[in-house]
Amino acid sequence: MSSTSPDPEFTGVVRWIDRRLPIFTMMHKEYKAFPVPKNLNYFWSFGALASITLIVMIATGIILAMQYQPNTALAFDSVERIMRDVNYGWLIRYIHMNGASMFFIVVYIHIFRGLYYGSYKEPRELLWILGVIILVLMMGAAFMGYVLPWGQMSLWGATVITNLFSAFPLVGEDLVTLLWGGFSVDNPTLNRFFALHYLLPFVILGVVVLHVAALHIPGSNNPTGIEPKGPQDTVNFHPFMTSKDMIGIGFYLLLFAALVFFAPNFLGHPDNYIPANPQVTPPHIVPEWYFLPYYAILRSFTDDWWVFLVVFSWWGVDAKLAGVLAMFGSLVVLALVPWLDTSRVKSARYRPIYKWAVALFVINFLILGWVGGKEAEEPYVTIAQLSTIYYFLHFLVFMPVIGWIERPKPLPSSISQSVLSPAE
Amino acid sequence: MSDAQNATSEGASEEKEGGDRRDFLGMLTNATLAVGGVAFVWPLIDSMNPSQDVLALASIEQDISALEPGQAITVTWRGKAVFIRRRTPEEIAEAEAVALEDLIDPQTDAERVQNPEYLIMVGVCTHLGCIPLGQKDGDSKGEFGGWFCPCHGSHYDTSGRIRKGPAPTNLPVPDYEFIEEGVVRIG
Amino acid sequence: MLTSVKTLSTALGLALAATLAWAGPASAAKAPPPPSQNWSFEGVFGKFDRAAKQRGFQVYTEVCASCHGLRLMSYRNLSALGYTDDEIKAYAAQFEVQDGPDEFGEMFFRPAEPKDRFVEPFANAREAAAANGGAVPPDLTLMTKARKNGADYLYALLTGYRDEAPEGFELSDTQYYNDFYPGHAIAMAPPLWPDGVEYADGTPATVEQQARDLTTFLSWTAEPEMEERKSMGHAVILFILFFIVVAYFNKRRLWAQLH
Repeated sequence: MSSTSPDPEFTGVVRWIDRRLPIFTMMHKEYKAFPVPKNLNYFWSFGALASITLIVMIATGIILAMQYQPNTALAFDSVERIMRDVNYGWLIRYIHMNGASMFFIVVYIHIFRGLYYGSYKEPRELLWILGVIILVLMMGAAFMGYVLPWGQMSLWGATVITNLFSAFPLVGEDLVTLLWGGFSVDNPTLNRFFALHYLLPFVILGVVVLHVAALHIPGSNNPTGIEPKGPQDTVNFHPFMTSKDMIGIGFYLLLFAALVFFAPNFLGHPDNYIPANPQVTPPHIVPEWYFLPYYAILRSFTDDWWVFLVVFSWWGVDAKLAGVLAMFGSLVVLALVPWLDTSRVKSARYRPIYKWAVALFVINFLILGWVGGKEAEEPYVTIAQLSTIYYFLHFLVFMPVIGWIERPKPLPSSISQSVLSPAE
Repeated sequence: MSDAQNATSEGASEEKEGGDRRDFLGMLTNATLAVGGVAFVWPLIDSMNPSQDVLALASIEQDISALEPGQAITVTWRGKAVFIRRRTPEEIAEAEAVALEDLIDPQTDAERVQNPEYLIMVGVCTHLGCIPLGQKDGDSKGEFGGWFCPCHGSHYDTSGRIRKGPAPTNLPVPDYEFIEEGVVRIG
Repeated sequence: MLTSVKTLSTALGLALAATLAWAGPASAAKAPPPPSQNWSFEGVFGKFDRAAKQRGFQVYTEVCASCHGLRLMSYRNLSALGYTDDEIKAYAAQFEVQDGPDEFGEMFFRPAEPKDRFVEPFANAREAAAANGGAVPPDLTLMTKARKNGADYLYALLTGYRDEAPEGFELSDTQYYNDFYPGHAIAMAPPLWPDGVEYADGTPATVEQQARDLTTFLSWTAEPEMEERKSMGHAVILFILFFIVVAYFNKRRLWAQLH
């Protein structure tokens, strides 16, 4: 791929710096002249949206950390002091709180886009795995951040999730005690969660840098899945792709602002406005919405479920551990997608069967999220179990098998050709 | 730079007038982004200013009816020490007798007190922020009988004015008022 | 191209809609959902009815305050209800807060000042429980945020008492039957009575009126920033819409050069 603009000529101070440390050349190469396929649709803006969200979260988070007190006796009231007495404190906290939800909305769509257009395929496997690592780190950061206000859901969510680790044989109980720094979720736990919640976003930032670096080696995938064949297939990142991203950013900010200003607690749980009480468990503990699909997978494993009996019980794994393994496994299979998909065609646009498989996968993921928020009773348990089966079937069976049996549609010879005469 | 700019508007040669309109739209987009960025950053910065609960504590009321002439108390206001001294007639006379040209930061004693008997000022050395000695009986009061800052040797007189040493200005007088007999509100 | 984008957008649109619609907390207990009421503070343009807020503050002071605290509120916050500094000072001075130590090292009580947080009715949860037959009256500052459909729930609870529990429902001596309380057996006696308070503005003090005013007041204590938040939201939304328009024309103009 070649750039469509010549190397820049710098003058003055910029040139002096650039000769010694070529950051301006680097910025020009990676963010201005960087060639991107000219047929990208708006789903390719979600990476930029995720980056913006990360920056917003770090900026508001640093400011909140200046006012927050990581102590069980003070945490709840310090958050309310932010809401009531700190200048614009309510705004900053609501941005941070809803920013977590916006981050997951954006990242999930980013992932679905990758699944649909085969963005994980050779030569982008590492790029994909780095993305899955970012998702896992985000989950850790979000989980620990939710504990900090020290409301009822903070305490009991933390209790339930940390107790998952007790499922591991032999070391489980000791591991949980280590996580807690005591015999229940208490002050030491809150303190370390705060320290880690401050650390993780910078780790995420580091992996994002690697993610972007790995992206800039092969360049972006595109809706045809055919690599650009020359300058006629690409445009400069700036100003063309940036001007397009701006529109996406506008609509994204519109949704973000609507949440922050008009429904700031819509995605939250009322119980978290009740101070944490170690003696009273809320009647219905649910994680934040973005964890619900995984929570549903976790809860599917009961000791009378045939999948559990067939797959796990005969090698001595109990239902609790099976649920935990399945939950972590759901992320592992996501990371293995580059090797589970056996088709040589990248984009689902030319894959008549896989296209519908992805759509069904997304719908199934939503169903998992929906049952994850329901109480553990019929018919939700059965629905959750069927959805869990489907989740793993999609990755472990459908992906490889469809790749073998499917007859892809004829591919255009280049991006330019597909633009001139659309395939469908 | 100009080469790079030409490159951004490549293909625009076909219509010159269109290029101008793009430049305007591009500038407008960037300007809107800049305004939005500032609007986002300002609340973050302003949140570091004193919050409402801190401001609510910014004025204090102090009962000074028990002070005898020659006695002093130190109270805390906005996290800083405030000296309240009921001066003796000799101290008042000494403060009023000083000629303005002898002062580093010329100010008459009358400008520094509402009631000459009570001297109220922020007890933070104007050099680098230490608390001067002179409130307690055994303290060194410096060469001018007022206060002495041990950190870098600034001497203040009985009106709290800087007379010798590195401090540039007199000890500041906060806003205060005597709201009733024996009660002063500072701030 | 269009079909594939459409397939994906439909799926993603469904995803978003479903998540937003379903992610809300599942209903807590067996009580029926509270009927939806019309509130002055609802909606994108809603504001607190100031007169209702003041009347609700009166109901809180005369009825609730002996058992329920507002520990996150400061007396100075009452200026938002329209009270002057002197009125707030006089109101605060009715309460005593512990301060000290004085010069002898003793803790002492002084009248509360505007800067102080609302004085709580009980020294601690143990005292509160002992004085109320074992049930701790919850703090009310965040009550409308701490329940699903908080304002509707609070109103329904305050007006939802029944004189007698339905046939077969067991209540202990210290419990009362309420249609909307989870589990129905509530330890709080019916707090509101017709003309239980006398409103200065002459509004008839029915139970419904008192419940409505109190709910408005407590919605304000839960979200004192609401009016500022919404009006800032209007400006921000308009600004973003302007940005979208500008960005759209900028993009269209730029991309037109490519063809």
